[in-house]
Amino acid sequence: MKLPLTGILVAAGFAALPLFTARNDLLNLGVQIFLATILAQSWNVLGGYAGQINLGHAAFFGLGALVTRTLWVGDVPLALSLAAGALVATAFACLIGAPAFRLRGAYFAIGTLGLAEILRITVGNLLPEISTISAAELASYNMLPRYYLTLALAALCVGTVALLVPSRLGLGLRAVREDEAAAEASGVSALRHKLLALAISTAFAGLAGGAFAFYHVSYYPQHTFSPIWTFDAVLICFIGGVGTVHGPVLGALFYVILKETLALRWVEFHLIIFGVLFILVVLFMPGGLVEGWERARRRIARSSQPW
Amino acid sequence: MMLTQQVILGLLVGGLYGLAAAGLALTFGVLRVLNVAHGELLMVGGYATFWLFTLWQIDPFVSLLGVGPAMFVLGLLLYVALFQFVVRAQEEERIKNSLLIGFGLTLVLHALAIHLWTADERAVTTAYSGAVLRVGPFAIPLLRLSSLLLAFAFLATLHFFLAGTRWGRAIRATAEDWEAAALMGIPVQRTYLLAFALGTALAGIAGGLVSISYSISPSIGMEWTLKALIVIVLSGLGSLFGSFAGGLLLGLAESMSVVFLGGPYREVVGLILFLFVLLVRPQGLFGSRA
Repeated sequence: MKLPLTGILVAAGFAALPLFTARNDLLNLGVQIFLATILAQSWNVLGGYAGQINLGHAAFFGLGALVTRTLWVGDVPLALSLAAGALVATAFACLIGAPAFRLRGAYFAIGTLGLAEILRITVGNLLPEISTISAAELASYNMLPRYYLTLALAALCVGTVALLVPSRLGLGLRAVREDEAAAEASGVSALRHKLLALAISTAFAGLAGGAFAFYHVSYYPQHTFSPIWTFDAVLICFIGGVGTVHGPVLGALFYVILKETLALRWVEFHLIIFGVLFILVVLFMPGGLVEGWERARRRIARSSQPW
Repeated sequence: MMLTQQVILGLLVGGLYGLAAAGLALTFGVLRVLNVAHGELLMVGGYATFWLFTLWQIDPFVSLLGVGPAMFVLGLLLYVALFQFVVRAQEEERIKNSLLIGFGLTLVLHALAIHLWTADERAVTTAYSGAVLRVGPFAIPLLRLSSLLLAFAFLATLHFFLAGTRWGRAIRATAEDWEAAALMGIPVQRTYLLAFALGTALAGIAGGLVSISYSISPSIGMEWTLKALIVIVLSGLGSLFGSFAGGLLLGLAESMSVVFLGGPYREVVGLILFLFVLLVRPQGLFGSRA
């Protein structure tokens, strides 16, 4: 009961922030944190809970961005555009899901990476022009709606995962992750669970892409399909704590803030730090920040006992 | 006419795909780890060759003799620092963790390369870089041809090493069944170390050849990792010459796509081939053990 309360308090705190400050840079930082949270949490559903390393996550982010941007610029209401983006991302996932899950472990990972690269190159070839929002839209560009939209989507995403974890589906996912054969033997359909996880994961990835399309003034369509989106999601997940609800949130906060701080001096520096951190986490602390925190707390608790 | 010329160019680059894939196949086949930073190691080897030439005017073909051993040492270090922790895990866990470690390494090497050497595209340009061999109406760039021949020579040397020497046999035995190999008194950990270092050296040499006959930049890593993976999927892990043939095949497929679909879809064709083979025959076209 403690965790949901903390989550609600954090979300409320973020929601109240614009009441105290109108600084655009802070709101902008918030948008980036929320986007990173959705991206990482959506990856977490499949990668953390179902144990399927999807290195093609960018494809779904990109599809969401592409569809939402196209519709929204074409005067379709934003909510509808976002929904369409998520829908297309999920539809694509359902299309490739069954064949992709014939691949196991590392083959699934490199297969999805290959798939995302195909989309990236094709989109780059078909849509080489930079996508910019209209002058009228630009004149009335306001950070506040972006802030609240991404915050709401992040809250929705984290909330969904929090509800998913203790559910039957969530238990099934973890069973598949731990031992597929054993899960199958206990009547858990591995393929069905993986497909459901993929559908949820890609729907949120599509929403994140849509929110990005609403937030970013101008970008090359190909950029949203770049593997860096996948890499960000994987880094954030593992450093925060893969397979936990709050891990990706902590990871996103840590990642974006450090990135912004370091970017002033050295653009790529955060990637070196996070790359090294990531390797250390995989090797020595598979639970990430969350596990580190738990370990530290237990140690303090032990050392403060009087006997 | 244009078709034949493209086929020639495709085969020439294919040899390098084969060399890049052979290194990855060696580590994958022996250690059962998938080092997705293989392309980044190739990139590092390319830069080593480039700087040796640019700073000290060392002929790139000569510097390969130094770059190979230097990358071998880098491979030793990487294994001791990172991958030795990975090979202790069980099969499934091992591949997954190695994938993640390699992924972290990819980010670090990529970012470091951009910082140290900027994002510019570079190539070794020697006095003889433009030399072309004319065969009838066709032009064969001499450097690319020698790269192809060298790639083949390196693979042949490695083949004889694996086939004929004690350590080579130890590597093959470990690849086949590491438990049985350990029971026969083969030091499995040291065999892993050797195989990983050899794989890294192959990546470095391939990178050197790429910087001589094509170009390098910090971001070529993933592209080359993907090429190597495509070739491995095409040819399996069984033999070095299989990798070489797979590389030629990929080069050929790419040149065909240039002729029939145009340049921009060159990269896509290999990837589609890759996904197709993955789905139909996960163990590779040339058979042999997975």
